[in-house]
Amino acid sequence: MSSINFSLERNAFGQLVLTDADGVRHEGITPVRANPISAPLEGIALMSTDGHEVAWIELLAGLPAELRALIEEELGAREFMPEIKRLNKVSSFATPSTWDVETDRGTASFVLKGEEDIRRLPGGILLIADAHGIQFMIRKLADLDRHSRKLLDRFL
Amino acid sequence: MLPVPADHSLPERWRTEIATRPGCGKPVLAWLELDLDARLRFASGLVLITASELLACTPEASWQSWPLRGTLALRHTDHAGVGCLELLDTNGRIAHWRFTLSQNLAALRVISEFERQTEALRTGQAPKTPDEEICATCKAPLPPGEDECPICARELHEAPSTWTLFRLWRFAKPYRWQLVAGFALMTGATAATLVPPYLTMPLMDKVLIPYQNGKPIDTRMEIMLLAGLFGAAMLSWLLGWAKTYILALVSERISADLRTTTYEHLIKLSLEYFGGKRTGDLMARIGSESDRISVFLSLHALDFITDVLMIAMTTAILFSINHWLAIVTLLPLPLIMWMIHTVRDRLRTGFEKIDRVWGEVTNILADTIPGIRVVKAFAQEKRETQRFREANAHNLAVNDRINKTWSLFSPTVTLLTEIGLLVVWAFGIWQVSHNDITVGVLVAFLAYIGRFYTRLDSMSRIVSVTQKAAAGAKRIFDILDHVSSVPEPVKPVPLPSVQGSIQMRDIGFRYGNRSVIRNLSLDIQPGEMIGLVGHSGSGKSTLVNLICRFYDVSEGAIMIDGVDIRSVAIADFRRNIGLVLQEPFLFFGTIAENIAYGKPDATRAEIIAAARAAHAHEFILRLPQGYDSIVGERGQGLSGGERQRVSIARALLIDPRILIMDEATSAVDTETEKEIQRALDNLVQGRTTIAIAHRLSTLRKADRLVVMDRGQIVEVGNHDQLMAAEGAYWRLYQAQLRNAEQNLLEGGE
Repeated sequence: MSSINFSLERNAFGQLVLTDADGVRHEGITPVRANPISAPLEGIALMSTDGHEVAWIELLAGLPAELRALIEEELGAREFMPEIKRLNKVSSFATPSTWDVETDRGTASFVLKGEEDIRRLPGGILLIADAHGIQFMIRKLADLDRHSRKLLDRFL
Repeated sequence: MLPVPADHSLPERWRTEIATRPGCGKPVLAWLELDLDARLRFASGLVLITASELLACTPEASWQSWPLRGTLALRHTDHAGVGCLELLDTNGRIAHWRFTLSQNLAALRVISEFERQTEALRTGQAPKTPDEEICATCKAPLPPGEDECPICARELHEAPSTWTLFRLWRFAKPYRWQLVAGFALMTGATAATLVPPYLTMPLMDKVLIPYQNGKPIDTRMEIMLLAGLFGAAMLSWLLGWAKTYILALVSERISADLRTTTYEHLIKLSLEYFGGKRTGDLMARIGSESDRISVFLSLHALDFITDVLMIAMTTAILFSINHWLAIVTLLPLPLIMWMIHTVRDRLRTGFEKIDRVWGEVTNILADTIPGIRVVKAFAQEKRETQRFREANAHNLAVNDRINKTWSLFSPTVTLLTEIGLLVVWAFGIWQVSHNDITVGVLVAFLAYIGRFYTRLDSMSRIVSVTQKAAAGAKRIFDILDHVSSVPEPVKPVPLPSVQGSIQMRDIGFRYGNRSVIRNLSLDIQPGEMIGLVGHSGSGKSTLVNLICRFYDVSEGAIMIDGVDIRSVAIADFRRNIGLVLQEPFLFFGTIAENIAYGKPDATRAEIIAAARAAHAHEFILRLPQGYDSIVGERGQGLSGGERQRVSIARALLIDPRILIMDEATSAVDTETEKEIQRALDNLVQGRTTIAIAHRLSTLRKADRLVVMDRGQIVEVGNHDQLMAAEGAYWRLYQAQLRNAEQNLLEGGE
């Protein structure tokens, strides 16, 4: 685990500001998970506005609570990958089709443009990209209820 | 932003909510429906703007409002499908709202409305009336008063409807007389097939049964009836042949027209369209989808109409003979149809699944065969075989499952038919025993109903094939409905002989909502060579694409010899442009054909002269078939430098006044680069040239270097001036010099 040689704060514009070991201030820092799906809690990079890595955090759990909260807050506001818990309804089995789903972030509906937008990831994870590029995730097909699986089956 | 108040389309629940809110009497200028809360959970809220206030109702808090001030600003960012709108003033962030990108259009409208109002507050003038509304995604002008682009909206949200098939009428119209003839023939043919069962009635009642009852056979009547049967069969054969031939001919022509029209339209669409689509998908749309429609029209639709005609006619005949038996005969029909349909439906989903699983298997092939060098280099043959085996096993499992239903299907249809016949038999015998009908009538009924049931199976198929054809038609009409974002001018200005001067006036270009080129102005003299320099992503290639009019500028204008390029016919304009790209594309064909691509009527002497000038002549002669050597996808392999010189010859042959080189030499080694450079020097002479190069050394000959950064010009001048200025160019140059030295050092060690 790397020792922390920087400080992080939030400014009045709501941006994260990082001051590194040399005292240089970087405004508008964005935290990015290196493996958002397979290992979300390991490997987080703090990137500057021009896309350079300013700091690397090996393990989120190894951070002081305050810093960790700040990063998690920023990640929480940026990351958006609702996990589908249940498929309520699909408008048609031919694409484009509108799906009404229940996710861990509430009820939503989205448009699936084509079957090719459902992608399988290693480990049985399904990623479903909607017409606007939002990624919905199904972590485990087998955990869905019968109704959802039956609907989903028509697209797989 | 809209000339009419925008709140006409505001959802009902918000309208009532706003109406009950005091102090909100002003008309809503623009609004954004929030669909996320601050912690990115799905929830609803609203941001709206009136002439004096910005209001927001978030899922967490109730209404808040901010009076508009000149110092306020709205910032819009998006990441991974989530947009964020932030309200800032000079001291910090006041509020922020999040939404999914499905609301992006509304957000952009709120921003532009906000900017219009605050601008008016700053300058003290009345708000500017907005320009013509255009779609933020495809840049097509929007119909007045609409806020969603009809093209994009349809492409996104509409599931294929069967009604789409009726749009095919546009292509069927030229053949309407053939179609009418075909339908007439079809009716005749169907009627003819219904004669034989009818004739079994007299055959039974007037010939066979009297004979059994001891009367001699009425030979004259028998011959007449048999002749009738033969005649009906012949007539039905003749009419059936004529109808199938005519309608197949017509449907093939309709789909051929559809294919050509679609291709013609597709190839005229702008690069923007091609950028967003996959080649395979477009190929499938034009190839197999149009074929599917053709099969649907010539086979399935035809069969279906025949079946419907037959069923209608049979029903009429049955009722005319005996309505009680007819009712009993037809009663189980809906039930049987429903059952067949249910089984079919299950089969259909199964077959679709097989299609997709099959896709998986081919995907592995498509993956590994082109990448075979990598597979072998890392010795992963076993793993790839395993992957294939797994996909194949999946395929097998799906097939096994469907076969269970499938094997049940045919026997089930037969069983249902038998049961239907049984009912007719039972009721018929009962009726015969009561002397309601004759044996002949019963036999005729049985003959009719037998035909009936066999058609039910094929009729049940119509639903799924219609859906598939409708989906295919929709995918084709998606292309046809797409309006090119680089439209042809309505009244093109003639462009006789071009001098080659280019003026760019305050041009701006946005890609989606990202601004790529901002406020850029540049005058290029005829015959001048301009070198475009800058980091990747600085907008060089975009600028070149704008000059070629692959895209249209969002703001400002590009002029050639003082004429706006948007007012000139596209082909007229591009004829004056020679383009040499980083990765030259050779079409399948001979080298001579490839060189003459832009001028197909070029003489052999012209082609050879162009090849000589491009330093391609000698290596072409070394090929076994010289200028007749086949190149392109499966043809003779040429090296990168050789292909580049062929493409230079191609540009030289059309003798363009304007020449554009986009990283023409960066894909090859230094030695080849020198060869190409010599060829390029020939090409550049006397032409307005715009060259993009990564290696600054290749731009030494440029009259002026234009340094770009983040979509703007930061420096202009020749090499010496820019070096003396010690600005952006100097830094780039130093960085490359250091790199070169480093490489040299590392190479020496």
